[in-house]
Amino acid sequence: MRVLGALRTVAVALGASLLPALAGAIPFWLRLPPAESSFADEIDRIFRLILWITGVIFVIVEALLVFFLIRYRHREGRRARYTHGNNRVEVIWTIVPAVICVVLALLSRRVWAEIKQRMPEDAMQVEVTAEQFAWNIRYPGPDGKLGTPDDILTLNQLHFPVGQKVVVSLHSKDVIHSFFLPEFRVKQDAVPGMTTKVWFDAAHVGHWEIACAELCGLGHYRMKGFLTADSREDFDKWLAEQAAAGAPSPAATAPGGPAPTPAAAPANAAPPAPGVSPPADGKVSVPPADRTPAAPPAQEGKQTP
Amino acid sequence: MSTVPSPILPGPAAPAPVAHELPHGVHPAPTSFWRKYIFSTDHKVIGKQYLFYSLFMLVIGGFLAGLVRWQLAWPGKPIAFMGKLMPEGMPNGQMLPEFYNSLFTMHATIMIFFAIMPILIGAFGNFVVPLQIGARDMAFPRLNLASFWVAVPAAVIIIWSFFVTGGAAQSGWTSYAPLSAIQPRGQTLWLLSLLVLGISSLLTAVNIITTTINMRAPGMTFFRLPLTVWALFITAILLLLALPVLSGAMIMLLFDRVLGTTFFLPAGLVVSGNALSNAGGGQALLWQHLFWFFGHPEVYIMILPAMGITSEVLPVFARKPIFGYRAMAYSIMGIAGLGWIVWGHHMFQSGMNPILGTTFMISTMVIAVPSAIKVFNWLGTLWGGNIKFTTAMLMALSFVSMFVIGGLSGIFMASTPVDVFIHDTYFIVGHIHYVLFGGSLFGAFAGLYFWYPKMFGRLMNDTWGKIHWFLTFVTFNFVFFPMHFLGMRGMQRRIYDYSQYAHLKGLQPMNQFMTISLFVLGAAQVILVLNFFLSLRRGKVAGPNPWRANTLEWQTSSPPPHENFDHDPTVYRGPYEYSAPERADDHWPQDEPPSGAAPTRAHAHG
Repeated sequence: MRVLGALRTVAVALGASLLPALAGAIPFWLRLPPAESSFADEIDRIFRLILWITGVIFVIVEALLVFFLIRYRHREGRRARYTHGNNRVEVIWTIVPAVICVVLALLSRRVWAEIKQRMPEDAMQVEVTAEQFAWNIRYPGPDGKLGTPDDILTLNQLHFPVGQKVVVSLHSKDVIHSFFLPEFRVKQDAVPGMTTKVWFDAAHVGHWEIACAELCGLGHYRMKGFLTADSREDFDKWLAEQAAAGAPSPAATAPGGPAPTPAAAPANAAPPAPGVSPPADGKVSVPPADRTPAAPPAQEGKQTP
Repeated sequence: MSTVPSPILPGPAAPAPVAHELPHGVHPAPTSFWRKYIFSTDHKVIGKQYLFYSLFMLVIGGFLAGLVRWQLAWPGKPIAFMGKLMPEGMPNGQMLPEFYNSLFTMHATIMIFFAIMPILIGAFGNFVVPLQIGARDMAFPRLNLASFWVAVPAAVIIIWSFFVTGGAAQSGWTSYAPLSAIQPRGQTLWLLSLLVLGISSLLTAVNIITTTINMRAPGMTFFRLPLTVWALFITAILLLLALPVLSGAMIMLLFDRVLGTTFFLPAGLVVSGNALSNAGGGQALLWQHLFWFFGHPEVYIMILPAMGITSEVLPVFARKPIFGYRAMAYSIMGIAGLGWIVWGHHMFQSGMNPILGTTFMISTMVIAVPSAIKVFNWLGTLWGGNIKFTTAMLMALSFVSMFVIGGLSGIFMASTPVDVFIHDTYFIVGHIHYVLFGGSLFGAFAGLYFWYPKMFGRLMNDTWGKIHWFLTFVTFNFVFFPMHFLGMRGMQRRIYDYSQYAHLKGLQPMNQFMTISLFVLGAAQVILVLNFFLSLRRGKVAGPNPWRANTLEWQTSSPPPHENFDHDPTVYRGPYEYSAPERADDHWPQDEPPSGAAPTRAHAHG
């Protein structure tokens, strides 16, 4: 029973992590990562609300359990209470959880619609085509349209201007991947044969990572991209550089063959992917072996059934 | 059901019947070793066979978990002996990413299909259902025999797949297409193994359903059924309806792999720079819909029997009727019914229409209600009880307290916006383990300690049982509770090396703590194994009814004779009449004739 107590302490500690007053004393692993997108806080709010509700239920249920175990432990000569139940309490403990759950569902629905159901109108359009094990990023060129020859292509580097909403159209060349931006509370699978969309924005300049969240093969763990929010001027400069660097479209290059077998790179000693901090110049810094160049995703990307 | 006894073996002093004098439906006990222990049609023997089968697979599944956790705690650190055992996957003992993918795929596959399902449905379903309803055997004993011996080659194939070129399946236990369509040969064996195992499960399901409907003793109405039987009956219906969907999907995937069909392969697939020539016309998401249409009922297939066992153990050791028997039975049906319309909650981020996501969120929130009803009724059962802390009781109580965590953590991912963040992270892994280990496996342990004396005639050592319980309970929480923290940091599941990512920096110490706890958890199971085998010979002789329980299996000898009862029991009351005020005795066997009525036959209860 001591164990249940210890468990409760953990839960209380978890609950305490929500008290801003204690925030400084809370270890990082009890906190959600910093919230960057404009809807991240709304998601976190629902998370905390559920944490509070379930936390309270958890404490009540476990406390009652422990109390009953102590209070009604076996005693010689005592007889258990003979009862088959009580319909009134059955009704109460059916309706109360039902109401709580439906309210949570309604609260969630609004945020969900905002994130996934409606894409913002005034957004920058970017196309991301996932493949084993890289992210091909495509920006519209000077004509402002995606899927035309003047598109600007980068590999694993997604830059966008601060304060600008970005709508990413996701495709996949091979298997299912998942476009995951932990700090932005963004996750959306990229499915071959489909277009899926997701949007986000950033309030300040910074560097983050794009993670793959859906098992996509042996290199799944190192399918990492880089996300950079620039000031508008820096972004325009960067995009112009990319356009210049990519003048002969990388699509012209022959495919790089199968991805390397990490047999050559035992364990994590020397992962072939680049380090954590993105290169300042924004140039693609993926080792040649990883550069399965981006074929024009236009054909296979647009086959939404 | 008629409550009028229809005596088949008349009189208390019926002599041991001779084969040619046996009444209709009674069969002589087999005498040869093979028919008695290996190819037996006796549900009790088959139940024990399933028990050993699933415990063996549990050890393998646990070993794979150990390797997975090793890599997460000390990435890339070699394990010398594994280099010799698996030179292809772990050259010089160093784990390759594809082998890591195999490990978690096979860990989950083995635990779900070869350990949890067979121990709950194969072992306890087979052993307990006929005894508790007062039947001599299952409705189809030969199907039962076939069911076990079909499950054996399935296990052989799945273990064998580790040793084929390219290693075992490595696309996760969910085997999402198209990845699973382009993986090496191990994936084909994975599909074959589960197709074969599916046949076995279907045979068992048909048997349990028919047995429960047709073979109940006189007086055993549906609402006098023990809740274990209720749970297994509904589980068998779920199995019967859900498994064909999985089998169908797996046959389609098999065809995609070997016959060049394209059920799951859309046009234009380019893998490693090479266009997949046969791809076209398929739908990647179709697999997920089919898989989870099976997969979510599957979750309840694995938890309902454990809920049934808990509902059995709590009243016995609280010496109290179960609180809200009908609510318990109806909530099992409610879970089973709602379980068919929640599969989409696994697919919120899959590209499925977000409006469907909202629909599935609401149905998922609603399915939390019957689970909550069950927890509250278990609490109600303890309230005012006279609680004895046997090992079986401690395991059942652990089920209740851990299932609460697993159930509550499910609310997080039911909320679509929260799921955006925690989907495919360790939060999910924590949740599933609180349901399947904290729930199903603690339930199975409760059943094991509870029915061991009935199975083998002797009691397991209770002190060692409690030590086993304590170590398991503590280390279980040490291993799995921190997974929620990892998930809150955004740590993706199924990644070989989390040190790649900035947002996962600093999580290694916690992972090491979890892994060390897992090793203690594994070592604690040695106590169970020793207790199990030593008690077979040295345990205290149990007698027919060591727990003074009401249900019919305790009203016959331990272990019960061939065909279970020396008389045909008649049932007069519900299964949980403990501490009834009109009796001095605090238990009241289901088949004891009401006082006043002349006892028509002798009873073996003790």
